Amino acid sequence: MSSEKSPRQSIIEGKPAQTKTRDARMGEGVDNRFNSPLREAFGTSPFILTKFDQFLNWCRGSSMFMLQFGIACCSLEMMHTYAVKHDLDRFGSGVPRASPRQADTIIIPGTIVSKFAPRMKRVYDQMAEPKFVVNMGSCAISGGPFQEGYNVVKGAEEVIPVDIHVPGCPPRPEALVYGVVKLQERIANGESSPVVVKPYELEPFGDLEQDEVVEKLANQLDEDDLVMRYNWADSP
Amino acid sequence: MSLEEPQPESTYVTDERVDYDALESLLGAHVLGRETHLNAEAFVIRPDEVQDVLTLLRDEAGFDYLSCVTAQEYEDRYESIYHLKKYADPTQEVGVVVPVPRDDPVSETATPVYKTAGWHEREAYDLVGIEYEGHPDLRRILLPETWQGHPLGLDYDQDKPQIVPYREHVNPIEGDYRDADSDTMFLNIGPHHPATHGVLHLKTVLDGEQVVDVDPDIGYLHRCEEQMCQSSTYRHQIMPYPDRWDYAPGGLMNEWAYARAVEDLADIEVPEYAQVIRTMGAELCRMCSHMLALGTFCLDIYGDFTAIFMYAMRDREKIQSILEDLTGQRMMFNYLRLGGVAWDLPEPREEFFEKTRDFLEDLPVATQEYHDLITSNEIFQIRTVGTGVLPPEAAKQYGATGPVVRASGVDYDVRRDDPYGYYDELDWEVAVEHGCDNYSRLLVRMREVEQSAKIVEQCIDLLEEWPEDEREIQSNVPRTLKPDPDTEVYRAVEAAKGELGIYMRSDGTAKPARFKIRSPCFSNLSTLGEMAEGEYVADLIASLGSLDIILGEVDR
Repeated sequence: MSSEKSPRQSIIEGKPAQTKTRDARMGEGVDNRFNSPLREAFGTSPFILTKFDQFLNWCRGSSMFMLQFGIACCSLEMMHTYAVKHDLDRFGSGVPRASPRQADTIIIPGTIVSKFAPRMKRVYDQMAEPKFVVNMGSCAISGGPFQEGYNVVKGAEEVIPVDIHVPGCPPRPEALVYGVVKLQERIANGESSPVVVKPYELEPFGDLEQDEVVEKLANQLDEDDLVMRYNWADSP
Repeated sequence: MSLEEPQPESTYVTDERVDYDALESLLGAHVLGRETHLNAEAFVIRPDEVQDVLTLLRDEAGFDYLSCVTAQEYEDRYESIYHLKKYADPTQEVGVVVPVPRDDPVSETATPVYKTAGWHEREAYDLVGIEYEGHPDLRRILLPETWQGHPLGLDYDQDKPQIVPYREHVNPIEGDYRDADSDTMFLNIGPHHPATHGVLHLKTVLDGEQVVDVDPDIGYLHRCEEQMCQSSTYRHQIMPYPDRWDYAPGGLMNEWAYARAVEDLADIEVPEYAQVIRTMGAELCRMCSHMLALGTFCLDIYGDFTAIFMYAMRDREKIQSILEDLTGQRMMFNYLRLGGVAWDLPEPREEFFEKTRDFLEDLPVATQEYHDLITSNEIFQIRTVGTGVLPPEAAKQYGATGPVVRASGVDYDVRRDDPYGYYDELDWEVAVEHGCDNYSRLLVRMREVEQSAKIVEQCIDLLEEWPEDEREIQSNVPRTLKPDPDTEVYRAVEAAKGELGIYMRSDGTAKPARFKIRSPCFSNLSTLGEMAEGEYVADLIASLGSLDIILGEVDR
């Protein structure tokens, strides 16, 4: 019995696998298309072993869907980044989606003012997790040249968490491409940004601390109305 | 214009200049006093006689164009200034100054006389705090409705907290439309929407597919440009801000508006060579701006990032590259200086000329491509011919300017009618169409691109021939500019979207006491209701695209 192979051995060392059916279906010479020349050059098997998270992060970074979101001057340069010549699609992220439900990256291209911040917060909230934010230009970073305006929020980070800042007024398309590629790198490495500033929140009017402004507005707003309260003096 | 009968010379005009004494006798007892602004004389009147005075000036003296309403606060009073002009000849101007006491800032509204006053007075109420009696709809326009205080007032405290609500909008005409069974639907378009060209919010009420009411809600990009300019010095600090009004980029045209106003205010000469460079740069900007209008308009009509948008972007890239060679920046040029420009053409000059000529040579081919793709496309024609009609009378009432009013058959262009720069030395035409619809507005822009190319070509020839030792780019301007106190000026240039005017009042310091921007997009956008109500909602989007608004300039 010892000279006979065990069933297990006959599988490992046995005859070559029967590929008659496959060969008949494919005809001659065409099976090469399933073999990557690169893999053959490396001499590896068709399978790779990796961490599932790592693989998924790599996929995420390589196929980002941007939100079509224009605010101010920077959105013009953003359009140029999407369009001919700079063509962000070369980096797998050039198809802007009109709905936040379909997007996972939002570029903030412009000045955030008091009236717009609650709406931007809502658009951000509507995006599906995981989501990423690229701040484009000085205004989105800090308020930029309009920082001292009575109506200007001093950076998007007061409202939503931000992953990448691209400085410039406005940044050139090349700079935005660089920022997006950096974001892809970060996503692929599984890094995320901590929220460094306590954001302005949308909260029910009834929950606000009572003070002069709240009293004045008491007859205009309901307890349940969502409001954003700007403490300008506290802004950095 | 040649087809129209020559208009009889008005009794209030002598030698094409306004006869202010005749005007004063026309207004008679309404006049409390006279002021001299650098651009025109102004009459001071009582706050409860605004409509009477403006009606007289409009009907008897022919001032059919309310260009701007400036509001400002003094130590002892509030003041509204109505800047009146004529579409036939914008050099004929007159100001109407309406002072009101600080403790009771109520003035009569001008809305029944000029519809454009409606939005301008709302802005004055919002930012400065003057109330307009009889105004049909005196709400805040730029700031949120819950805002406390009036930020351009003298005693405004910027550090006080503010609360901004985020709540559902209600149908403004629900209940009173037709009868109880009527079925209107409220539709929010924006402020984040691909077809609004930025952060514009349209509160729309639909009956089926037709628009019964549209109320543009602006102010989502109100970044305090006037405050920023009022807290900056004339000489260098203000110039970067105009780049950011119309960022299409209309940069050099906007800078020119500021430069022109301040050069009048402080009596600064500009060398001819610099004027030619300015003219060339401004026209390149206009082409770039119209390319964007064309690309995004077709994006609205066809609905995708397809060929036309990409072609327009391709041509914009070429222009931006030329402008970058000239100014050092792609969009925010900061190239004009008071009394000249920042630097001469880039060296080697031949290369710059060659690059620009190459672009101009390719342009007719590109234009033909656009005509093949757009204007001769049947689908496009069905969507745009006869939709969004803006009759000339309505356009004038709303103070529309630029391609919008020229597409309604009004032959009005500040470059020709109130010449500045080098325009009156060059050979070009004003593009006018009489269709009044979305199609005409596009055609006007496309024809203007051709005219701009013509201007740039002539400028390049001039610059190439200019003797080397006469290339003066900057006149002598004091390092710190302090115009005489209480000098007031209102000056306009023809930007890509229309007449961009600046009102400035100096108080003897190095910063303006009041800086008011008259934005063409602001007035043009107010015509949207006129064009869209009663039409299909899809045509509302087309009309909005054809207005070519830039929200940075609407909201400032």
